[in-house]
Amino acid sequence: MATIKKKVDAVIVGMGWTGAIMAKRLTDEGLHVVALERGPDRDTQPDFAYPRVVDELEGSVHRRFLQSLGQETFTIRHGINDTAVPFRQMGSFKPGTGVGGAGAHWSGCHFRPLPEDMNFRSSMAERYGSKFIPDDMTIQDFPVSYKELEPYLDHYEYVCGTSGKAGVINGVVQQGGNPFEGSRSREYPLGANADYLGAEMFHKAAREMGYHSYPIPASNASGPYVNPYGCQLGPCNFCGFCSDYGCLNYSKASPNACILPVLRQRKNFELRTHAHVLKVNLDDEGKQATGVTYLDAEGREVEQPADIVLLCAFSLFNVQLMLLSGIGKPYNPETGEGTVGKNYSYQNLNRVVLFFNKDVQANGFMGIGGGGATFDDLNGKQLDNAAAGFVGGGIIWARQPGAGPVRGIPVPSGTPAWGSDWKRAVADSFRHTFYFEVQGACMSYRQHYLDLDPQYRDAFGRPLLRMTFDWHNNEIKASQFLVDKALQMSRVLNPRAMTGESKKEGARYNATQYQSTHTCGGAIMGDSPSNSALNRYLQSWDVANVFAIGANAFPQNNGYNPTGLVGGLAYWAADAICKQYLKNPGPLVQA
Amino acid sequence: MLAQEVGMSSDNDKSVARRNFLRTSLSLIPAVTLSGSVLATGDTDAKRNPSSETPADARPYQPTFFKPLEWAFLLAACDRLIPADDIGPGALESGVPEFIDRHMQTPYASGDIWYRQGPFIDSLSEFGYQGRLALREIIQIGIAAIEKYCLAEFSGKRFSDLTAEQQTDILKAAEGGKLELEDISAKLFFSQLLAETRNGYFSDPLHGGNKNMGAWKMIGYPGMRADYLDWVGVRDRAYPLPPVDLSGKRG
Repeated sequence: MATIKKKVDAVIVGMGWTGAIMAKRLTDEGLHVVALERGPDRDTQPDFAYPRVVDELEGSVHRRFLQSLGQETFTIRHGINDTAVPFRQMGSFKPGTGVGGAGAHWSGCHFRPLPEDMNFRSSMAERYGSKFIPDDMTIQDFPVSYKELEPYLDHYEYVCGTSGKAGVINGVVQQGGNPFEGSRSREYPLGANADYLGAEMFHKAAREMGYHSYPIPASNASGPYVNPYGCQLGPCNFCGFCSDYGCLNYSKASPNACILPVLRQRKNFELRTHAHVLKVNLDDEGKQATGVTYLDAEGREVEQPADIVLLCAFSLFNVQLMLLSGIGKPYNPETGEGTVGKNYSYQNLNRVVLFFNKDVQANGFMGIGGGGATFDDLNGKQLDNAAAGFVGGGIIWARQPGAGPVRGIPVPSGTPAWGSDWKRAVADSFRHTFYFEVQGACMSYRQHYLDLDPQYRDAFGRPLLRMTFDWHNNEIKASQFLVDKALQMSRVLNPRAMTGESKKEGARYNATQYQSTHTCGGAIMGDSPSNSALNRYLQSWDVANVFAIGANAFPQNNGYNPTGLVGGLAYWAADAICKQYLKNPGPLVQA
Repeated sequence: MLAQEVGMSSDNDKSVARRNFLRTSLSLIPAVTLSGSVLATGDTDAKRNPSSETPADARPYQPTFFKPLEWAFLLAACDRLIPADDIGPGALESGVPEFIDRHMQTPYASGDIWYRQGPFIDSLSEFGYQGRLALREIIQIGIAAIEKYCLAEFSGKRFSDLTAEQQTDILKAAEGGKLELEDISAKLFFSQLLAETRNGYFSDPLHGGNKNMGAWKMIGYPGMRADYLDWVGVRDRAYPLPPVDLSGKRG
């Protein structure tokens, strides 16, 4: 028998970026909000305090800031006729847990989408005809435009203290920024971070190739900053421990540093940690959520009634909760019917490593998660997709989030993995190596989806979320095209050795190698209940008082990191809830 | 103490164990001061020589996870994987076996952060290890399987009794998946052993390996300084400061 708590206005599942954003806006409106976080509470002090936070063994091997897979994980298979097996050890992507979620251990790359990313399918069809899009490619337009989102993207950057250089302000191209970006209303809150040598070299190679390179927008503060909520950030000191780590320095934007200091003081906000939400409870007709059921730290079942349920867990868990709770109809890849689980997509990442002689002081141990250099000449409508032969573009970048020896030292191909030759190679390479990465878009397909696994269960007896995903020819071609360009760029710099491979024909998705935590889709936003699980305000078409906020809403993934768009969508949805839904609870879009 | 234990356990051949002990010790010469008896100098040799007068904190590490025979394997294998040479310290003087012994006793090694529920289905390598073993079981079962292989193939010798070349050949065969072992995939065992060896070599000395930050000095890693704002723009000089570890010790 569950303990039943007093009803609140809104309950939030998960206290990462989207949970914190929603909590801030809803408590601004005076709502009483309870946030349920499955992991522990975390804050800069004491959890990210120097020096213990920079212990590589704990951070990158024990993965102390990431989700443990001991209690719950996913199953994965390549095709709809295969048997899925569990993601038993952390590999290709790294969900977070605890207060801050993946927003505490992210790197800080903070891109906005391009305008054409938002109406992606229409834009492709307009440029090349709808036949250019393969039949099984289920890409869609986002049901919201870049222009509509701009104020929310802007606000999120100002909450994060994003450091960068604008490329287009109110339609006017700015020197030093990305000339291809969507017009923005103002400059970044902070100027770009200093370039390390690899970024300088990237700019040089890009210039020689005729590309328009610009600083990666980074939510790693380049200077002292106070955000609109009064939260303070200090200048990033290039400590080299961003990805996998909480920030020791109040420099990397996180829910912990940028929003929670405000929330923690609010009487109408309550944070319950070690609260593991099992499902969303629905009324008898299944049309209205009544709240959620969770397990508290001692494993006791607790019911939290609420008028609004906000799913703000990692994208995959949002989808799992919808499936487990019976919100919307599960997607069926055979018939194309149903929408929950549909359009899972990932990110197409490939790396090129450049090895230099010892007089080149690459100093990879200095790092700034989001800093570096990139360009958009092969992304969005700058790329001639007909000539390139694939749908979707990508970016090439130089990034140096920090290299430590436990995280692995790249060595030239052909080097043995141990013994004296290996030692010589790591000693020669460690301080004299850069990498450039290709980060490509990933399309969605009829046969790539999420559902509940028929066989494997989590520690609470619930079916694991099953992921059916593999690389398609489109993504393999894109990888080959973009990696080839990255190799051409790299040759300009004349390294003593290079390693880097594109995906070969027939390459299968490998869940064991870290590629990117940018898992997207599964509960996507769209313009009709027939093609999406959520409407343009991330509200469930089926259960109007449930919103699912996260990258689960992306109909496909574009060439950028998703966090900037995720934050923008969260503010967009929060605004719709505050300005429209509260006055007139019910569907915000008529189906 | 350790050498004696190994000698006793490989009953019929004390002299081989003794010779291995000397070989291992002698391979460490570049890292120790060559004054007086080779065996009585330096931290690492003190570990192997109970008769030398050593301060309490330099006493040989006593494994608490590994049994003596496993420990002998581990010392020999680590010495092959990261040998001492003119490039930098070897795994033994860096305390890598100590690291592994301690690391095996963490929740990490018992598989706490891995999903370990069945059914356990053979699958493509793209989906990772799908067996039921936790890291420490992989290591222990793998050691036993290699020992069994050695006893059969090398007329009753143990891995640590073999020549360096023979040991290297076995490890290479395991790495390449060419060694057929009972109970466990040699490739799986090798990959985990190598990962643990590297972890011990490169992680903070707090965890038992990387003694004196020798591996960090070898590659030029400043360790846990974690503050480079004043150096990010410097192009013409190598970063000048030696490493510092989590306890604040300077290398």
